[in-house]
Parts: sequence; C-alpha cells; structure tokens
Amino acid sequence: MKFSENWLREWVNPAVTSDELVAQVTLAGLEVDEVEAAAGAFTGVVVGEIIAAEPHPNADKLQVCTVSDGAEQFQVVCGAPNARPGIKIPFAKIGAVLGADFKIKKAKLRQVESFGMLCSASELQISEENDGILELAENAPVGVDIREYLNLDDNIIDVDLTPNRADCLSIAGIAREVGVINKVDVTPIAIANQTITIDDTFAVRVEASEGCPRYLGRVIKGVNVGAETPLWMVEKLRRSGIRSIDPIVDITNYVMIELGQPMHAFDLNNLTGSIVVRMAEEGEKLLLLDGQEIALRADTMVIADEQKALAMAGIMGGEHSGVSADTQTIFLESAFFAPLALAGKARSYGLHTDSSHRFERGVDATLAAKAMERATQLIVEIAGGEVGPVNEVVTQANLPQANQVTLRRKKLDQYLAISLDKDLVTDILSRLGLEMVEVNDEQWVTVAPSHRFDIEIEADLIEEVARIYGYDNLPSSMPTAAVNFTPATESKTPIQSLRATLVAQGYQEAVTYSFIDPALSKQFFPEIEPVPLANPISADMGVMRPSLLPGLVKVYLHNQNRQQSRVRIFETGSRFVGDVNTLDELDQKHQVAGLIAGSRYPEGWYHNNEKADFYDLKAHVEALFELNQGEQPDFERADEVYLHPGRSAYVLVKGERVGVIGELHPQLAKALGANQAVYVFEIDLNAVLEAKLPEYQQVSKFPEVRRDLALLVDRPTPVDALEKVIRENAGEAFKKVAVFDVYQGQGIDETKKSVALGLTWQHASHTLSDEEVNSAVTTVTDALAEQLGAVIRG
Amino acid sequence: MENLNQILADALDAVAASESEAALDDVRVQYLGKKGALTALLKQLGNVAPEDRPKFGQLVNEAKQQVQEKMNERKASLAAAALNAKLAGETIDISLSGKGQDVGGLHPVTRTMERIETFFRGIGFDVASGPEIEDDYHNFEALNIPAHHPARAMQDTFYFNPNTVLRTHTSPVQVRTMENNQPPIRIICPGRVYRSDSDQTHTPMFHQVEGLLIDENISFADLKGILHEFLNVFFEDDLKVRFRPSYFPFTEPSIEVDIMRTNSKGEESWLEVLGCGMVHPKVLEMSGIDSEKYTGFAFGMGVERFAMLRYKVDDLRMFFENDLRFLTQFK
Repeated sequence: MKFSENWLREWVNPAVTSDELVAQVTLAGLEVDEVEAAAGAFTGVVVGEIIAAEPHPNADKLQVCTVSDGAEQFQVVCGAPNARPGIKIPFAKIGAVLGADFKIKKAKLRQVESFGMLCSASELQISEENDGILELAENAPVGVDIREYLNLDDNIIDVDLTPNRADCLSIAGIAREVGVINKVDVTPIAIANQTITIDDTFAVRVEASEGCPRYLGRVIKGVNVGAETPLWMVEKLRRSGIRSIDPIVDITNYVMIELGQPMHAFDLNNLTGSIVVRMAEEGEKLLLLDGQEIALRADTMVIADEQKALAMAGIMGGEHSGVSADTQTIFLESAFFAPLALAGKARSYGLHTDSSHRFERGVDATLAAKAMERATQLIVEIAGGEVGPVNEVVTQANLPQANQVTLRRKKLDQYLAISLDKDLVTDILSRLGLEMVEVNDEQWVTVAPSHRFDIEIEADLIEEVARIYGYDNLPSSMPTAAVNFTPATESKTPIQSLRATLVAQGYQEAVTYSFIDPALSKQFFPEIEPVPLANPISADMGVMRPSLLPGLVKVYLHNQNRQQSRVRIFETGSRFVGDVNTLDELDQKHQVAGLIAGSRYPEGWYHNNEKADFYDLKAHVEALFELNQGEQPDFERADEVYLHPGRSAYVLVKGERVGVIGELHPQLAKALGANQAVYVFEIDLNAVLEAKLPEYQQVSKFPEVRRDLALLVDRPTPVDALEKVIRENAGEAFKKVAVFDVYQGQGIDETKKSVALGLTWQHASHTLSDEEVNSAVTTVTDALAEQLGAVIRG
Repeated sequence: MENLNQILADALDAVAASESEAALDDVRVQYLGKKGALTALLKQLGNVAPEDRPKFGQLVNEAKQQVQEKMNERKASLAAAALNAKLAGETIDISLSGKGQDVGGLHPVTRTMERIETFFRGIGFDVASGPEIEDDYHNFEALNIPAHHPARAMQDTFYFNPNTVLRTHTSPVQVRTMENNQPPIRIICPGRVYRSDSDQTHTPMFHQVEGLLIDENISFADLKGILHEFLNVFFEDDLKVRFRPSYFPFTEPSIEVDIMRTNSKGEESWLEVLGCGMVHPKVLEMSGIDSEKYTGFAFGMGVERFAMLRYKVDDLRMFFENDLRFLTQFK
C-alpha cells in the first residue's frame, strides 16, 4: 500500500524523521518497499494567474501571456494550448530551479521576451502527465509557493504488507501501528453521524448472508457529479497511486485508503426494485467497469437488483449501474463481505482490485457504519446532496466473533528465552488494542480488537509481544542439544564422490530446467507420454522431463553455438515418468546423466585431437560403478530411437536395466544441429551409488603366472563372451584376464577378428607348476574352441 | 728416487689428461700393470741398498696407491660428466602443459548448496529429500495454507491437476519428516523448487535449502543464534544482521533476516537473505507432534541468492543457461 507520509502524520505525528519512521514500521513487520518524494526538488515556483493571453506575433503555436504573481505582472511566452485568461497555474519565476541544470532565466522566444515559465505536472515531477500546463483550483492563492500550496514536501511510502496484516491497509491502520511503536496517541479523524435530510431509502435483501453478514445502503439525492474534487484529495489519492475520476468515486476511494473500508456507489436511477445480495447464476453475464463482459460462476457473490447482476460483490462494479456524468441520486454501499466468500474469486476471473485485495484478507467487520458516515460527510461537503437514512441488513450469527486468547507466562518465557516484565507485556498488548479480561502472574487473558482478526492463538500473542518489544532486542543463543550421531552408512556412496569422479574426468556440472519442450521430448522418446503442466510458463517448458538427456543435449548445442567444440557436462536430478494422477506410482527417480563431445583431451601439443568415443564414455560410467565396489554393471546392446543402434548399450545391474550409454543417433544429432558425434549416458542414481562394504581377502605370497593367448573368432562375437568362458574354465587359481589387443583387417580372414588376452593365475597356498598352468590353458582353449569356435592364432 | 718422483708425476698427469675410461685403462696398464713403470721400479728393488729397501718399497707402494686413487676419482668424475651430458641431452620444455584431462567443476548452485549442507551437518543436522511433484496436502494444507489462502498468491504455483503441484518450497520434505519421526528432529532439505514466475529476477525453477529443528525448549533465541552464526560462517564475515517481523502461514512468529551490505560507493543497505520462524503449533499438530511439549524453528533460503552474493553474480538467469564460459569460472 502506498500513502502520503504527511497524511499519516495528520493522524499520528511522533517526533521521528522520515527515515526513522520507515525503519520503525519495517522493523514492526510492515516492510517498506520504497520511499519517493511526492514531487521534484524544485524551487521558486508560485501560484500564478493568467491575466491575458494573446497570440504570438511570430509563431502559430505560442501565446504571449500576462501572468500575475499577486504583486507584479510578467510577460511569459507559453506553448501550452490550455493557457487562457483566468486560470491559476504553477508559475516558475526568473531564478526558479526546476532541476539540476534547469534554471529559469529571462529568454527571448521568436523575438518576444519571456520572464518565467508556466509548468506542467511532469515538469514539477508530480506525475507523468504532460498535456499542457497544470491547472490549479480556482481559489488557489496567487503568489503562494506551490510546494506549500500543494503540500509537496512529502514522501510517498510504499509498504509491502503481508497477508495477515490487512488491518494496516489504511492510513488509520498504519497510524495505529506507529502510535503503538512510539507510544504516542493517534488522532482519528472526527466522524459525526450525518444529519438525515430526506427519508428516501432503497430496499436491500441479503440472500447470501454467509458471504455478506452486513450490508449498509443509503440514498443521497441531488449530488453534483460535475463538482470538482478538491486538490488536497486529488493529491492524497495520487500519492496512494489512485487517479481522480469524479468526486463520488474519489470519495469512496479516499475513505477506503483512509479507513480501510472499500465502498461502492450506484446510480439509483439504474436500479430496479431493490438491492439483492445473492450468488450469481451460472453463466450470468455482467459488463464490468473496466469494459469487459464476463460470464459469472455460481460460486460468485453479486450485488444485483430485481432484474440483473450489477456488480461482483467486493470485487468490481458494473458498467451500467455506476455513477456517470448524468447521475443525480446515488445509492451508497458499505458492506462487510466475508474473506472466505471472496478468497481466490477475483483471481479466478483474472481480476485484482483494491477492494478485492482488502476483502480477501479481511476488513474490520465493525467498520462499515463509520465509513458510511465519513463518505456521506465528504459527499455533502464536495458534491452536495440530500442524505437519506442508512438501511442496514445484518446477520449477527455470520459476523466474526471476538476471540478470547490466553497467553501463558511459561510459554512466553520459553518461546522468547527471556522473562519480560508483566507490566511491559500488559502494556504492549493493551496498546495494540487488546482487551485485558484477566491478568495475573501466570497468564494474560485477552480479547483482540475487531480489526485484529488475525489474532487467534497464543503464538499470535507471543509474536505481537516479540514484534513490539523488537526482534533485535530479544536474546540470541546457540541451542544445547544432546550429542547425536548421524548415520554414516558405507552401503551408499555419497553423491559428492560421484560428482568429484566426473569432475576429475573433465566434466562440468550443469543444472537444467526440469520442464522441457514436449516436441523435444517426443523426438527422444516417441513412446513416452511426458507429464504435462496445466499452467506452464511457456509452451517450450510444457512437460516434465522424462530424462535428463534432452536438457543436456540442449546445453551442448548452446555451447557448440558459442564456439565450444569440446564439451563434457553432467547433471543429477529427477526425471518424471508415469501418470501424475496416480502420484504414488509416479517415477521421480534421481538420475545422473552425462554428455561428451569433441576431442578426448583438451587441445594440446601432445596429441592430434583424436575424438573421444563410446569407450571413453564407457570408462567414465565404469569408474562411477568402481567407486563403490558394489555390483558391477553389464552392458547389453540397446534399442532406443535416440541412440545409434550399433553404438549404444543398456547398463544392467543384477540383470536389471538401470541406464543407457551410447552415441546420440546421427540423424537426431543432425536434426538438432549438432556438428559432431555426441555421446551420452544416463543412469539411475541409486543403482550407481549402491555400495558394498569392502571385505579383506588374503594376499597370496606365491608368484603370479601369466600366459598370453591370441585367438581368432568370428567378428560379431563379443569379447566379454570370451572372457566369460575363460573365467568359467581357468580353474581355482585363476585371477584375471585382460584384453590387450583387438585386430581385424589385413592378414586375417575378413569374417574374423584377432583378440589377444593375457591370463593370470596365482595360487593361495603354493607356487604353480608349469604343468598346472599348461593344463589350465588347455582346458580354457578347448572350451573356447568348443563354445565359441575360437582358434589359437599361429 | 728422482726417477720415482718423475714417474709418479707423469702418471698423475696422464690420469688427469685421460678423457675416457679406455684412456684411463691405458694409463693403468702403463704405470700399474705387470709391465708398468711403477711395477718395474719394484722389480729393481734388488739394486737398492739393503738398508734403504724397506723405505723405497714403501714409497713405491704409496705412489701406486696415489695413482690408483686419482684414477678412481677421475673415473667417477668422467662417469658423472657423461651422465650429465646424457641428461643435458634429455632436457625438455617444462613450460609446456601437462598431459591428460583438465578437471571440470561443480555448478555454482551445487557448490553453494554443498557448502550450506556442510555447515549444518557439522552441527548435527541430517539431510532429507523428497519428491518434486507433490500433492496439495504436503505442499500447502499441512503447512497451514488452506485453499484460497492469500498466501497461495504469494507463491505462483505450477499445477498438474487441482490436487498435484510442483513443490513451491522444500517444506513438504519437512512435513514428511515430521509425519514419520518424533523429535528431536534436526534436518535440512535442499532441492529444486518451482514458481511460475519468469523475469529479470525470477526463474521458474530455483533451489532452496530449508531447515527444521524441533525439540523441547527450542526458543526464538536459538533461531537467532544459529542463523546469525550461519550467515557469518557462510560469508566469512562478522555481519550486521537484523531480524524483522514477517509472515509465513507455517511459522508464528515469522521472521525475515536481513544482512547489511556495503556497495562499491560505501553505501550501506539491508538485504533480505532468509525467511524463518517458530514452527506454527497447527503445523506441528497436523503432522502428529505435540505442540505443548515441543517447539521448533524452521528456516529457508534461496541458494541462487546466496551464490549470487558470494560469487558476485549479477544475473540470476546465468545459472540456468549453462554456458561453459560461465560454469568454468566456479572450478
């Protein structure tokens, strides 16, 4: 809420500077967002009067005006079309300063001398408006400094109020807080009941009494809508960010800012029969003040007459029932609408008004009558009129009830870790307007004032005491808690180790959005229906990612397009697969995904930029599994639309697929704009982090024996099939097998490949003899020949 | 005698003049060999007067020994020179870069999050996590934010259906922890959160670390103490901090924490960095914790904001562009 500091100070004027005031309210929980001057820092501008205006002899668009400052007359050349004799205007005299480099001097405009300048609102930095010079009220005192006259030495304070402090959405409310903080009295505006001069009334029937427990209406006859809103009101409204419209609307807005009660005025001539407060009929049409026609829903409360809906209760009036230039008789509404009846309603129609903002958060249920009298008083003063009696419809049972809330001494002391003096606490609560039902050494039994409907439970009272006492004045300490071990399992590798392993391989971590373009998702996973957001921020962030890979590929492309040819990136995070309507079954598993493209090593003098390939990536994946000594993965040829069919694999742990690894399908890579081969992996994070506790095995004292085998096998035979046969047949002393060469091409049958393997044996309890090893080798080669057709080479 | 001295002098000269092991060997043969000059002198011992023989023999042997020592020295120095010459030939340009991978790095958000985790683990907090697609109950209801509560408008929510949302904070993890555990509870919940807001200073996804401490007798003073100390430790500074009343539906009292920042012109201003408060009794009760017996506090912070302050990043959106020229600055 924005308001004028001077206006606030009319209500409560503690001896503190503007800066102190701002700090005070901020520290009391009313956070000040911004403070700006109500006008520019100009000097030397007074109220002037145009005595005469003649056309300029040498320019069509200029006039030569005679301007009085009350004492003397000056010749001023002016270009504003609205300059005319009789109006009062801001007159910047010779020597006036309008800005840092803007000093008014004697000037000659097209050979005519000019002594000063007539100012627009924007030149005084009062508003953006720049259509001609600012016209002041007819009774503006000529010669008086404009700053004084318009009360411009003022600040506009913008407080960002939290939803619980609806009681501060008014000058009266903020004044109450400032009074409590400074221990000074607040002077509320005097509001007397207005003299009833006519007995005209208009019937009110409240059908929706739960949503509208209180409705007040009053007829005011013979108002002059053409009257001018006084400048002081226009200025106060301006400083609250509200434009002046006509005196009736301005007054209802003024009372809303002043007291916090939103009001509405109808043109009585447009009402038929009686006012009916009811729920809308489904689909019922209403043309709103802002010009849009909406179809109402049945959950929306309306103010209607006997024929049709006139306004959305507490949200916005209708175009056809409001005050217009022809209005003579008004029906003034001041009501209490229950927060629950309005909660979320404005928003659901795409609306947000000063009125709905207040009613949703809550308006003091006892305020309506006071506001009615205040508005009536101002209307009669400004626009005249004959005042009818107030017609009030109340459903007592639906009004909010005053809450009795008890604050216990032991709770207060425990929460705040300090024992505040009883009188101090009583004083704070009393100043906040709470009624003390009972006070003793154990407790304070209180009733909150009607404007503090947010106070419901003991913790609310603790907050009030703490807030006014000052959070910064309360003690600070470190808690003493029982020493407690946190579990330190070794059956799970910390994710930090996984990240460190990838970082050591040259990977840079990326963080991409969890929502991606549905079209991109389809390109990768045509068979997966990704989880759609109902209200995405944009179409290209419309679905939850079923995999981290599309996002990583996008990151690759972003960097490729910025001359980064070598990219190694990884990401960890959730993927989302399944039906969001059965949330418990939705797969939100954490994944680790990586992408490499470009040369194996950073550009350097020691290599010729050989590209990294599938096997580089596989080593990185294997390293992640080796981290934890747990279950090592198997690889099985993959069949995925987005991967190269010959260069991709599923990663399996205990026979279960936990991930994929491979080259991005060249066709997809090309379609997306990649200019080189891109390799990716994605693995279920839990599978890769599952760790095994190391268990010591006796280290043999006896020497190792190694035998190398060169085998010719059919090309499609996977090397791990050879390894498997070797492991199964090499006997109990067998230790390990390493592949040290794979060759196909010139010199051997073109359907074959040559695989060279080194086999190592070591016995736990004796030195192996040649016979033992030779026999093991024979068993192995026989098995290889029999099962895989492998032939010992030369 | 003169003969001996002459031969010794010649031999030592020859040793010194030898430029290779082979030359040295020649010198050895020439003077110490079976037919060598010094050996020959010993053979002439018979020509020496008997009373002078022991003395003469001793002198010749000393001369031989001296030559031998010099030869050893010379040999060692020749070997050293040869080695040095060989090594000199092997000289490389040590200014060239090392071979192999350069290291990558963590994303600044992760780096910041891990830092925050480290501090809280150090004082006995566990790290908890939970789903990002949440039900309305855990994201809102259980946190005292019923349907249509104005606080829901404070957090623009992504919906899947009326009952399912992208979590707007990591608080649902706290709720799940409270549902399954009794105090003492000490957890932090780091993770991704989502709000449908996208501009200069908002991204639709960002990261939070929230924390929760529930035990008997936890007070506002504990909250102040821990959070002030945390901020000092995180920023490695003795910060001026203020605690300001605010409002969150799940805490009462609610607090925002500001730190004093000084800009390059030396101007000071407060900057909000944390939201926190004493856990609302209703929130405790809804998750099955006795609010008469236990109290607690909760806090939450935006990881990106901390990263921006810590590493002087001035554009939030950089975090999600994943431009390597940005990311590699945080190695």
